[in-house]
Amino acid sequence: MATQTLNRATLGTSTSQATRQPRKKMTAGKIAALVVAAVIAFLWLVPFAWATVTAFKSETDAASPKISWIPPSGFTADAFVKVFQDGNIPLWTWNSLYTSAAITAVTLVISSLVAYALSRIDFKGKKVLMTVIIASIIVPPPVLIIPLFYQMLALHMIDTSWAIILPQVIHPAMVFVLKKFFDQIPRELEEAAVMDGASRMRIFTQIVLPLSRPILAAVAIFVFIGAWNNFLWPFIATNDASLLTLPVGLQTIKSAYGIQYAQNMASALLAALPLIVVFLFFQRQIIKGVATTGLAGT
Amino acid sequence: MSSSLTRRSPGSRVSSPTAQRSRGSLTRNNLSGWGFAAPFLVFFLVFLVWPVVYGIYMSLTGKSLTGANDSMIGLANYAEAFADADMWRSLGNTLYFTVISTVPLVLVALVMAALLNVGLPAQWLWRLSYFAPYLLASTVVSLFFTWMYNPQLGLINDSLSKIGIPKVAWLNDPNVAMWAIVIATLWWTVGFNFLLYLAAMQNIPAQHYEAASLDGAGAWRQLFSITLPQLVPTTVMIVLLQVLASLKIFDQVYQMTAGGPGGSTRPVVQYIFETGFTGYRLGYSAAISYIFFGLIVLVSVMQFVITRRRSA
Repeated sequence: MATQTLNRATLGTSTSQATRQPRKKMTAGKIAALVVAAVIAFLWLVPFAWATVTAFKSETDAASPKISWIPPSGFTADAFVKVFQDGNIPLWTWNSLYTSAAITAVTLVISSLVAYALSRIDFKGKKVLMTVIIASIIVPPPVLIIPLFYQMLALHMIDTSWAIILPQVIHPAMVFVLKKFFDQIPRELEEAAVMDGASRMRIFTQIVLPLSRPILAAVAIFVFIGAWNNFLWPFIATNDASLLTLPVGLQTIKSAYGIQYAQNMASALLAALPLIVVFLFFQRQIIKGVATTGLAGT
Repeated sequence: MSSSLTRRSPGSRVSSPTAQRSRGSLTRNNLSGWGFAAPFLVFFLVFLVWPVVYGIYMSLTGKSLTGANDSMIGLANYAEAFADADMWRSLGNTLYFTVISTVPLVLVALVMAALLNVGLPAQWLWRLSYFAPYLLASTVVSLFFTWMYNPQLGLINDSLSKIGIPKVAWLNDPNVAMWAIVIATLWWTVGFNFLLYLAAMQNIPAQHYEAASLDGAGAWRQLFSITLPQLVPTTVMIVLLQVLASLKIFDQVYQMTAGGPGGSTRPVVQYIFETGFTGYRLGYSAAISYIFFGLIVLVSVMQFVITRRRSA
């Protein structure tokens, strides 16, 4: 499955549609499909639109029982100003950014190394190692929160970024996504290097990794989105307001602001913005990355 | 296989695959193999294997966050958990959510992908709208929906009242709250399944469609005779992923209803969290974690057996 997805990089290209289904006139069926697609898209965009409108209202208008898409006292950016003055959202965005980046970087390094060994090197105990890693895919992270918390307490890492980062770097499923990709790289490419006496590490970094950019990007995207949005573990691992990640920080804001609806929506939108902007720029890669790793993840 | 990769020593006359079995290269392979695996292994052992094992030990003790009673108490925690009505209720809520969320999360994703596979104009717009919510943190989703579900100020009740449907206490009515969470979850995560379906559909060879249209099959006919039958393995996989994901539900419930009203939405992960961190009973909490783990293993094994039988 993964192989297919990778070979046919059709996902996200519009030309593939044209080749598959010769573009004829809009048939009745197509028009019906278009209408249904538009209705669903409308429903899926309403929450964004409603949050945006609310965020640009005055608190009075937001709390008025009369629902209005155009607020009686006009649009205002007050809520955003207040949220910014609060200063927490930029700080939490930064925290989310560097913890997620660190998690992604460490995951990529350690997973690609072990995946290379599983794919290319015949060593004693490889089968056992492979079996143990496969078996571990089944462990649901929520099961680990109690012992992990206890472990972090013992290591004096609670209320440090280490506690957020370290336990999130193990992605057994991604090891296999990478291994499957490495398996496909023709060995002949490495043989010349072997003849020249290149070390394994050299072969790995100079031949295998450059050829694996698409899958490395896919894994990076998958891991980054997961880390960026993870709630449960960072919620447990930190109480220090200066270390909170965005999702956890927002949860504290919600209770602090109480019924400040416009501010609630403004902070939610600000929190949503970074990934949405990134998505707009890298739409194709993100879609392909999620589909590839999602499909291959089993 | 990897004999070609093993650097042959200059004087070696052995060029057959048995060369790699020579003592020197074997040791070298073992060294480099474990060397490449080592960084992952360290994290794996410390942050996955150790917690799994230590969690089992904890579940057999009376360990608490307040430091009391570290001693082994055998299976007492498990015995208590099996008699704990709250645990059963939270497990029941989790299963209920899993059952009622999986169906729409798979079907709506399939419909979305099938619509786009027809070849509509402005593909990017539909893809973006369906998938964008998946990029949001659970907290953002919860803020959006808590706001829309607000009984007095919420958009949903207001829209419903325009078509004559009376106000619903979305998050405050024990009979409705779980469905409210399903709707929010559907909006939030269906884009992921949608992408998996779309990827699978675009992998169906174009010749199948060309042959069908030469035979005069229209779009609908092609959908039912080619697309859907080819999607069976993908569907099995998506259902499997979805069930396992739904069983882990916590974030959006905790943030939208905190498990209420009256515990009607509290999932088992929240119960684990609460017994451990609010109730300070780490040992007991660990025991419930492992009962939950057992459930996940059971479901996975069941699904594995079913898929095996299918493909056999």
